[in-house]
Amino acid sequence: MAGPSLLSLRGLTRRFGGLIAVDGIDLDVAPGKLVSIIGPNGAGKTTLFNLVTGLDRPDEGEVHLDDNDITGLAPERLADIGIARTFQLGRVFGNLSVMDNVLIGAHTRLRAVKPSVPLIGPLLELGLALLRPNSVKAEEERLREEVRNILARFGERLLPRVDQPAYSLSYANRRRVEIARALALKPRLLLLDEPTAGMNPTETAEMQALIAELKAEGLTILLIEHKLDMVMRLSDRVIVMDEGKKIAEGPGEEVRKDPKVIEAYLGHGLSEAARDEPEEVA
Amino acid sequence: MSSWLDYTINGLIVGNVYALVAVGLALIFGVSRLINFAQGSIYLVGAYIGWVAVVQLHTPLVVTIALVATATAIVGLIIERFGLRPLQNSVRIAPLLATIGISFVLDQIVMLTFSPNPRALPSQLPDIRFQVGQGTIGPLDILIAGVGISSALLLFVFLRYTKLGWAVRAAAQDRDAAMQMGVDVNRVNQAVFGIAAGLGGVSGMLVGMYYNQIDTAMSLQATLKGVVAEVVGGAGNVPGAVVGSMLLGLVESYGVAVFGTSYRNLFAFLLLILVLVLRPNGLFASARQAPPEPLTGTFIAPSRPVRIPRWALVTAAGVFALLPLLPVSAYLLQTLINAWLLGMLALSLTLVAGTVGQVSLGHAALLAIGAYTSALLSLNFSLPVGIAIICGGLVTAALGTLLISPSFRLRGHYVSIATLAIGEIVSLVILNWESVTHGPIGVSGIPPLSLFGYELVSAPSIYWFSFAVMLLLALLQARLLTSHLGRSLRAIRDDDTAARAYGLSLNRYKSLAFIFGGFAAGISGGITAHLYSYINHETFNTQQSILALTVVILGGLGNVAGAIVGAVALVGLPEAFRIAAEYRILIYGIVLLLLVRFRPQGVLGTI
Repeated sequence: MAGPSLLSLRGLTRRFGGLIAVDGIDLDVAPGKLVSIIGPNGAGKTTLFNLVTGLDRPDEGEVHLDDNDITGLAPERLADIGIARTFQLGRVFGNLSVMDNVLIGAHTRLRAVKPSVPLIGPLLELGLALLRPNSVKAEEERLREEVRNILARFGERLLPRVDQPAYSLSYANRRRVEIARALALKPRLLLLDEPTAGMNPTETAEMQALIAELKAEGLTILLIEHKLDMVMRLSDRVIVMDEGKKIAEGPGEEVRKDPKVIEAYLGHGLSEAARDEPEEVA
Repeated sequence: MSSWLDYTINGLIVGNVYALVAVGLALIFGVSRLINFAQGSIYLVGAYIGWVAVVQLHTPLVVTIALVATATAIVGLIIERFGLRPLQNSVRIAPLLATIGISFVLDQIVMLTFSPNPRALPSQLPDIRFQVGQGTIGPLDILIAGVGISSALLLFVFLRYTKLGWAVRAAAQDRDAAMQMGVDVNRVNQAVFGIAAGLGGVSGMLVGMYYNQIDTAMSLQATLKGVVAEVVGGAGNVPGAVVGSMLLGLVESYGVAVFGTSYRNLFAFLLLILVLVLRPNGLFASARQAPPEPLTGTFIAPSRPVRIPRWALVTAAGVFALLPLLPVSAYLLQTLINAWLLGMLALSLTLVAGTVGQVSLGHAALLAIGAYTSALLSLNFSLPVGIAIICGGLVTAALGTLLISPSFRLRGHYVSIATLAIGEIVSLVILNWESVTHGPIGVSGIPPLSLFGYELVSAPSIYWFSFAVMLLLALLQARLLTSHLGRSLRAIRDDDTAARAYGLSLNRYKSLAFIFGGFAAGISGGITAHLYSYINHETFNTQQSILALTVVILGGLGNVAGAIVGAVALVGLPEAFRIAAEYRILIYGIVLLLLVRFRPQGVLGTI
């Protein structure tokens, strides 16, 4: 891979009993690039995300961010150093308002939280929350303004619902809240796990436009997505996973024609027929 | 009882008894991911049905066992059908609260029917002992071992070779997949509850015969012991539950041999905390597993809190503040003082259970810590009462948080078990640490409330004092909830995985919630101590923890105003209707059940 990478994985492996969910994955994401991971269900894509974001620990292999070894760090530490993610099943905080959900995204940037002296730090945080000096109030106000700006990126989808609890939102809107929350972290690396799952074509197109915009702004993105059309348009590079292994890697169009990829998607025997009509893969 | 062999035999026999309870808990946990807090109550019911059969009906032993097993199995079926099945699609907290409510209702029914006094449950076997090596063994020991082993065998055959048994195992592995394959999950649940209840009931009867005594306090003990054994073996793991039970029996028996009887329970709970901290999935689980909880659904009922306008709150506070100036009876003031003290505890619990989602069942222990600290400081060091109470609050905040911290890495139902056990540990330490706490004698002659040198003895002055303290705590807590901390705590409750992914440290925020909540509870306990002038290890018991929980659910989880409204309602209404004291806990249990079923978000809504 040319140039320095922001994120690089080396030999990342995770076993569940006899099953190897992620099997020796190497992966590099250069700053400002968008890399997509595709593959059939159960290929290990989400497990890979969990390994990178600290929700799960690899059995073998290493994760580096900017040449720093971040393998097996706790998720809260990884959030601190600028890794944000969305979840496949849409994990918003149901009873929190849209505003509060997105503000949680900015948690690592709150200065009221920062006194990280052991024992005294949390007590100071409690004190600041109760006394709320002007600096804390101003910070909160500034973040609220920032959140409104982030929500504005979704047009009129979220702004009118800013004070509504997240459980009352539509499925697609919850996905948007998740992405807004991730953006509020001002991430260096954004991991999106099927951001358009369950969205209709119009909503998908909107989401695609937004991701393209984020990419244009220089954000580094790792994307899991099933909608190949969108993957082809957005990605600088595509990684194909099957049964935990990386079976192909390269520019979208190249990967799409790879017989191994077609076979993984359609199963053995069918690949011969499909090779004539690669469009069917999408 | 002199040799080690005797202690070993005793440990294994007691272990067999625990196994009968724990296996039922494991089966239920396996199919419905629920820790059945009512299991001990069924055990209690079994013991009393056994008593009726033996003492009043004079049934032969075989008939007694059959009768107990059948009757308690029916109780189990009723609990499943009417208590839990309606909650199937409800929020995760609902079935947990329901089994707690059911447990209290059953215990109280037994207590009201048979009186709380202990009764003798004679063994129906000849009183002879056989010499085995250096120890002895009686026919009852053999019976218990026989029942234990044959139940285990029957259960094994049922799970392995019958169609319903397959269905149970399928549902335990993957409930949704089992349903899609046509397994009738309701029938599976019924079978499991019936079996669990039958085993639990027989166990209660055998224990009654073994110690020749039954009383209503058995219930909570049995739930705790069964849960300890189950968790030690790995929740939902049936063979693990058996091994865990034996281990628990032996640990207790040897502990008693070395340190004396009053330490029996302490060992059980220390074993639990140790396992929860070191191996939360049990001794026999693989070291790392995917999270056991399903990743969907919310923990508490989603709702929009009722917005109370500020003027209404101010008016209400004003009316209550001016109340003693009106011609009201001292009785009304006394009732409201109790409500304000309960309100402080409820504020604490609504923060911990509602805002950050840690359903604590040992909250009365925080009262006890505050009360003892304040009482002892003012007695032994002549500290002014006002300062002693504040010290009580601070010590409770620190000590309570420290004690509860092992539960921070746990989720959902496990938190409730751990806090219940920690509560029991606190009360056992108070009982056994005689040089400081005076043990069972308690602390007497605690100086009355005083402020800046003025003793508060009249009802209005105590009223104003407790009302002002509660109001202050409520205002602080309301302020906390509107800060970034309130947001963070609620986020952790709603989804701790997502919260961690956004940089929220669970330990830090759960600690902060317990520090703040512990302070409020400690203050409440401190004031209570100076008000009563006498406290002992039973002044603050599990019933108060459950009462506080009912208050919190009634008012709406996390809802500050709701906690106070709930406290006034649950203290005031029984007084207003002059309900006799012994029926009150029954009513609290029923209120809890009705709320969980029909208005899980409480009166004012969850926040």
